[in-house]
Amino acid sequence: MVTLRGVVKRYGALAVVDGVSLDVAAGERVVICGPSGSGKSTLVSCINGLVRHDEGCIVVDGIEVSHSAGTLPAVRARVGMVFQQFNLFPHLSALDNCALGPRTLRGLSRAQANALAMTHLERMHITEQAHKWPAQLSGGQQQRVAIARALCMQPALLLFDEPTSALDPEMIKEVLDVMIDLAQSGVTMIVVTHEMSFARHAANRVVYMEQGRIIEQGSPEQFFTRAADERTRAFLSRILTR
Amino acid sequence: MKSILSRLYADGSRPAQALSWLHRNFFDGWHNVLLAALGLWLLAATLPGLWRWLVTDSTVAPADFQACQAAGGACWAYLQAKWRLILFGTFPYDEQWRAGLSLLLFLAAVLLSCVPAVWAGNRRRWCMLVLWLCVLAAVVVLMSGGVLGLRRVESRLWAGLPLTMGLAVVGCFSAFGLAIVLALGRRSEMPLLRWASVAYIEFIRGVPLISLLFLATVLFPLLVPPNVDVDKLLRAQLAFVMFFAAYLAEAIRGGLQALPPGQVAAAHAIGLGYWRTHIHIVLPQALRLALPSMVNIFIAAFKDTSLVTIVAMMDLLGTANAAMADPKWLGLYIESYLFIAVIYFVFCAGMSWYARRLERRLAGGARLGMQGV
Amino acid sequence: MTRLWRRPGVRAGVWQALLAVLIGAAVWWLAGNVATNLPRLKMELRWGFLAETASFELGDNLVGYRAGDSFTKAFAAGLANTLQVSLVGIVLTAIVGTLVALLRLSGNLLMSRLAWLYVEFARNLPLLLQLLFWHTLLVRLLPPPRAAWQPLPGLVVSNRGATMAQLEWQSAFSWALFVFVASLLLAAVLRHRRAGTHVRAGGRFGWLWWLCLLPPLLTLWLFAVPLVIEQPVLRGFNLVGGVTLVPEFFALLFGLVFCHAGFAAESIRAGIQGVDRGQWDAARSLGLRWWPTMHSVVLPQALRIMVPPLTSNFLSLTKSSSLAVAIGYPDLLRVSTVAISETGRAVECVVIILLVYLSLSLFTSALMNWYNRRIALKGASGA
Repeated sequence: MVTLRGVVKRYGALAVVDGVSLDVAAGERVVICGPSGSGKSTLVSCINGLVRHDEGCIVVDGIEVSHSAGTLPAVRARVGMVFQQFNLFPHLSALDNCALGPRTLRGLSRAQANALAMTHLERMHITEQAHKWPAQLSGGQQQRVAIARALCMQPALLLFDEPTSALDPEMIKEVLDVMIDLAQSGVTMIVVTHEMSFARHAANRVVYMEQGRIIEQGSPEQFFTRAADERTRAFLSRILTR
Repeated sequence: MKSILSRLYADGSRPAQALSWLHRNFFDGWHNVLLAALGLWLLAATLPGLWRWLVTDSTVAPADFQACQAAGGACWAYLQAKWRLILFGTFPYDEQWRAGLSLLLFLAAVLLSCVPAVWAGNRRRWCMLVLWLCVLAAVVVLMSGGVLGLRRVESRLWAGLPLTMGLAVVGCFSAFGLAIVLALGRRSEMPLLRWASVAYIEFIRGVPLISLLFLATVLFPLLVPPNVDVDKLLRAQLAFVMFFAAYLAEAIRGGLQALPPGQVAAAHAIGLGYWRTHIHIVLPQALRLALPSMVNIFIAAFKDTSLVTIVAMMDLLGTANAAMADPKWLGLYIESYLFIAVIYFVFCAGMSWYARRLERRLAGGARLGMQGV
Repeated sequence: MTRLWRRPGVRAGVWQALLAVLIGAAVWWLAGNVATNLPRLKMELRWGFLAETASFELGDNLVGYRAGDSFTKAFAAGLANTLQVSLVGIVLTAIVGTLVALLRLSGNLLMSRLAWLYVEFARNLPLLLQLLFWHTLLVRLLPPPRAAWQPLPGLVVSNRGATMAQLEWQSAFSWALFVFVASLLLAAVLRHRRAGTHVRAGGRFGWLWWLCLLPPLLTLWLFAVPLVIEQPVLRGFNLVGGVTLVPEFFALLFGLVFCHAGFAAESIRAGIQGVDRGQWDAARSLGLRWWPTMHSVVLPQALRIMVPPLTSNFLSLTKSSSLAVAIGYPDLLRVSTVAISETGRAVECVVIILLVYLSLSLFTSALMNWYNRRIALKGASGA
């Protein structure tokens, strides 16, 4: 469903993403981890065209991601994204945040869009907060609304860019629970995260990146117990002894 | 000294508290004592004279110029005789109720726009837009007449406070759309559009307003086809619109720059294109952030309309000058200027106060996240 | 077709082509109108008028223009007057603005309230109103030449203006000035070399600046010129001799300074208050008193915050000086209006004014941008 071949992104002289090739099948859940500055967030932002890659080829659901060919709207209609800073629209209520996309892009009437939004908000277990403003919600609640907002566009692929990094520890669990539920429903997910509990419970594959390159990838059991590369083992020992 | 004082008001009683307050605010340290002495001397030197001039020696109607001269103080009789001339200028005397009504309509619309609840929700915003258009149409009808049985009054007779208000309000209102286009154009990635916007903004901001008024007065007859005659008022209004658009564009650009970049990323991630992102996400937030600056520009606009006196149009300053020239009341410039100063001050200080309140509320709101403001 | 439209490059190209066509069409139509209207209104562009003689007087000015000189010299005189009042105005605004800001910030309630009142008045009344008020006040207040005030020897104040004893300018003075400027530059280069790019290297090189006074004095002594001073003398109803600064100059100056110092005071206050409270605490715990703290810690940081709004304030002052046309002070704009009424060359004169003011603004903005970049905290924006 997603194919990356030799993707390179440079900022000045520094190659933040340095020749990454990856295949993700439909329904797969892939976790990308690595130290900060390894290019994982940039890679994920390249997939839906928020960051323009310099070399290489990215194909999502048969459509190549190309700024110049103007395929971005088609790609973005199939891909949803959840951000580290939530990025909810502060001047719209939670319900309006979710209903905006379907109403303006899919041509749904206000009533239909609201109904769709309520279904997804229910899935995230926050229907009571539907009419509240983002400022009135806790971090965990805001992130769940953000996930609902992405789901309302009915994407084939969901991208998560460090979804729990900006949350207080007690709220991380509620968001992770919701993500694990989602994983069970069969959505294709690419998750950049430090939270290894999601990798252990719901991922099919874990990918370790360092300095813009994929060092190692494998199934969770393989990754956590029998990591092949020295650098992977060093990283794991650093984050798992917390 | 300090220890004596601290012992003096250590007991916390009322007189002690008053003493302590006085000490803290006026006499803390020798330079403060000096300043306080200077301040008191200033007040003592000016206030009695001011009171005498304003109240004790002033003359009230019915009185004439000689009586004013004899008394030596402020000549309120002059203002009582001339206030209608100063407020409405050359507008025909019997029809001045129309000018007064236009003024009230403008004030009502402006005051209503200052209430935040009025802008909540899309339906109310459309209503406000329609209201404003109706007010503008009504003012034009009232001032020019010719319909509904109202006597026709040419635009060259419009003068005084309604003219000032009209130039400022219509100027800012019309400039708003152009300002948004310029602000977006300045941040656009299309080189031609960006250069055109930058050139326009830098040109307008680099020249004085009075030179733009001259430009409009001198150049417009050249720029229009031979049989079209551009009204003097319209020329001045167009110059104002061009001027305010550049400054409003800079204010809006400030708002655009203050927007967190994640908002655009989120909008793009959902799939919203350039126009939809701007209409639904970027502009609502950016305009709110730019609101205090835009109010300040409106205040400056209100003051800048006084420049039309130089191109021989009778705004509030012009009518005050004209009133002073009456041979029956020669040379009462302080009273004239004081009258219009009060009007300008009330309006501008009021709007400044409102802008400061807005800024405080929006700053607090930004911290909490703009709860549907 | 839609596939082509989807490409953002194609869309941008089409929009820009449309914009170019629109602008081109507008310019074409306007040019056409101008072409038909110029001969019709007998206003063909003739720039040659600049060499013709002007017959109006402009009073004493820095360029030495007298009636009978060319229009170009008249414009130069106007520009000199504008710059003169702007520069003096900027310096005074900075001083008054700082004083008012410090009063606002002082703990003294009375003075800070009085300062607040002044700022409110200055900011909420139109500049033109303030100008007209000051002008009328000065004109009414100043005595005729026969009863003039003489506050200082050589200075006569009347309703003709402030007439001062004039020193005959001789070539020796030009040389002395040249030598003075040269030694200043030399001193600046030397200091830069030795002290590096410290913003406040100050003290150690103070003596160098005083040393710069020596060369020009030497030049004057070498040339051995007698000083000829022309005193203003009352002859009949008028004053003759000396150099006069008209009351309009002072009215314009007072009006501009009064109004703009209010705005400047607010910018300066915001700058000083924008410096973190922690800086004061650190300085106080080191033992620094109020003025050393202000001088070494707070003001340098406050300057960085203050410079952009103050620049636009000063630029605005320069542009507002054009209101001199309302009170009759012969600045650039007023000279243009007189020129228009004498020659009828309205378009050319307006174009001249616009170009000059635009150049002034762009130059000042560039200067301030350079200064801003120079004082920016290293690593604040980049790292």
